[in-house]
Amino acid sequence: MLNRVQKSVLRSARSFASVSEPPVRGYGGLKDQDRIFTNLYDRHDFSLKGAMSRGDWHKTKEIVLKGDQYLIQAVKDSGLRGRGGAGFPSGLKWSFMNKPGWDKDSRPRYLVVNADEGEPGTCKDREIMRGDPHKLIEGCLVAGRAMNASASYIYIRGEFYHEAVRLQQAIDEAYKAGLIGENACGSGYKFDVFIHRGAGAYICGEETALIESIEGKQGKPRLKPPFPADVGVFGCPTTVANVETVAVVPTIVRRGPSWFDSFGRDRNSGTKLFAISGHVNNPCVVEEEMSVPLKELIERHCGGVKGGWQNLQGIVPGGASVPVIPRDVCTDVLMDFDSLKDAQTSLGTGAIIVMDQSTDMVKAISRFAKFYKHESCGQCTPCREGTSWMYNMMNRFENGQAANREIDMLVELSKQIEGHTICALGDAAAWPIQGLVRHFRPQMEQRIKEFQRENGVVMYGGKLLKDHNPNIAIPDNRGASIPPPAAA
Amino acid sequence: MLSIRGVRNLARSGRALRSISTSTARSSDALFVHRDTEYNNSSIPFKFNSQNEPITKEILSRYPPQYKKGAIMPLLDLAQRQNQGWTSISCMNEVAKIVEVPPMRVYEVATFYTMYNREPVGDHLVQVCTTTPCMLNGAYDIMHAIEKDLHVKPGHTTNDKKFTLLEVECLGACSNAPMMQINDHYYEDLNNKSTLDIINQLKNGKQPHIGPQSTRHTCENSSGLTNLTEKPYGPGEHCQPEFQ
Repeated sequence: MLNRVQKSVLRSARSFASVSEPPVRGYGGLKDQDRIFTNLYDRHDFSLKGAMSRGDWHKTKEIVLKGDQYLIQAVKDSGLRGRGGAGFPSGLKWSFMNKPGWDKDSRPRYLVVNADEGEPGTCKDREIMRGDPHKLIEGCLVAGRAMNASASYIYIRGEFYHEAVRLQQAIDEAYKAGLIGENACGSGYKFDVFIHRGAGAYICGEETALIESIEGKQGKPRLKPPFPADVGVFGCPTTVANVETVAVVPTIVRRGPSWFDSFGRDRNSGTKLFAISGHVNNPCVVEEEMSVPLKELIERHCGGVKGGWQNLQGIVPGGASVPVIPRDVCTDVLMDFDSLKDAQTSLGTGAIIVMDQSTDMVKAISRFAKFYKHESCGQCTPCREGTSWMYNMMNRFENGQAANREIDMLVELSKQIEGHTICALGDAAAWPIQGLVRHFRPQMEQRIKEFQRENGVVMYGGKLLKDHNPNIAIPDNRGASIPPPAAA
Repeated sequence: MLSIRGVRNLARSGRALRSISTSTARSSDALFVHRDTEYNNSSIPFKFNSQNEPITKEILSRYPPQYKKGAIMPLLDLAQRQNQGWTSISCMNEVAKIVEVPPMRVYEVATFYTMYNREPVGDHLVQVCTTTPCMLNGAYDIMHAIEKDLHVKPGHTTNDKKFTLLEVECLGACSNAPMMQINDHYYEDLNNKSTLDIINQLKNGKQPHIGPQSTRHTCENSSGLTNLTEKPYGPGEHCQPEFQ
């Protein structure tokens, strides 16, 4: 437990954007009747008949006939924030499609659903597409109606073959039943849904890269502006939204925005799918209320951390691209956008990677660095070169073959990448490493110390001083003759 | 002029101090350049067969007529499936012809995405995920077990052309880690034994059980459901009055 002084320190470290009031009620323990994805575990019939018996496609015609303003307002009132990682308010984002005079624009308009679920740790959209494909298709229609879209592309990652087959089957059923198509649900609204399968590129989860990919090009992000709402797929107004964001919309409209808003803290409303992996007794995907305490989430649904909470070392709370947090922070943190932001990390996609004391934390983060090196699209130099550099450095840190000062150099390098690229992959590559240094620096230093005890002084770049030939004139940028900092 | 031996000696003594270039030529995951080989050159004909021909029409219909090139990715995938799981230069050329773009536009796409194999692969393309969530649960053990069993390293094909082993990044089944993908199928909740079981069954021409190899159905809590135990609510239940 944190003592009062530590708590007050935490509180004073809060940023301006955060909710300042501590929670007044407990969160978590969602009832089954309040869960949106009732077939998350694929235990029921996923086809149209089964979906309708679970309340999908119920009075969709009436919803579609409500019109765009009603639907956008409902999404705004519900407080839904994008579930793909950035947490941008969905109602606001979708309203950019209906700017004044939009109806004079003759171009077609698209809703693109981002089902390119590639963030390490994340496996929630897959369960939606397996168990509740009709929720997604109905969501496409309702969200499409809200932004006056004429068609929807669902960009599903190529490896999800079975999920794509299921989704296609559901789309075919919906067309056959007249739920989408020329006259969707008999409302007179024309709406098509297409599937576009990716082919194994993590970067295509970025919205503009995804748009490029649908256009049949390399998935390299575009500069913004123009934003996709102006120029998107095939040069037409487009909005890209995550599977979960789209799939919850029909239920929000049917059950009322205030119902959705009643869950979670202020500005963090709703229910959310959490995917828990790593060192827990029973990893699973579960729908829970937002703002559920991280510890409670793990203990209620995953049987706790292997070896007990005391055995916990750190948790990555939102997929590979967010900083890791150590146990003492995990104990108090709530799973929502603001609480995790206060803890200098992020909710991301809600993918919780749990690491116990047996984990080699440096190696775990180093593996993320390798991931980003592999997945960088190569368009921006800081990211293309920087991810390789960071990986090479992290590789050496794994066994401590580095100089102490290189830890700061690594942080500096990550700051050179962060914010200097077109898309957020550069940031995503930098954050886990910054998180590692922030919370696990003593471990890294210890490892360096041990390596140096055995092998002598290590110069910058990992070369050993004993292999250094002083007779060759090399400028001393490797730190061979710089005295080590005095011990504090 | 120096004799050859003299040059060699000079080079040798030089290397002891420092060589001219310290970096070794290291090939990337796969070479981006195409080199004509006996099995992969543009004179080998490729056409979509009668079964896939109608599918190409259906794929093209999903994209606006002036943006036919949107169909490059699905068509390449279809071509790869017809061409024993790999995309030859002829496949790419054929796709370029269908979508009416210069072949280079298709080459760009085929080299960017990792799921297009530009070299022949075995009948079973074994892709083991080793990204952190899987790594924490022993993905490298599984990888080594397969390496030992098949006598190949990642990126290589067995001599009988039956298996190709690859190390891949996150496949999006992290709650079911560790896992691997063989062709289109996911095999999850693996351990060394179940992994080798799967490989053995494939060796014997059998189809192993797809999905989690544990007692789980999908991604639920393995020691019993913690939620979704009640009967799902029906149409109109809990809804606002106008949508009941």
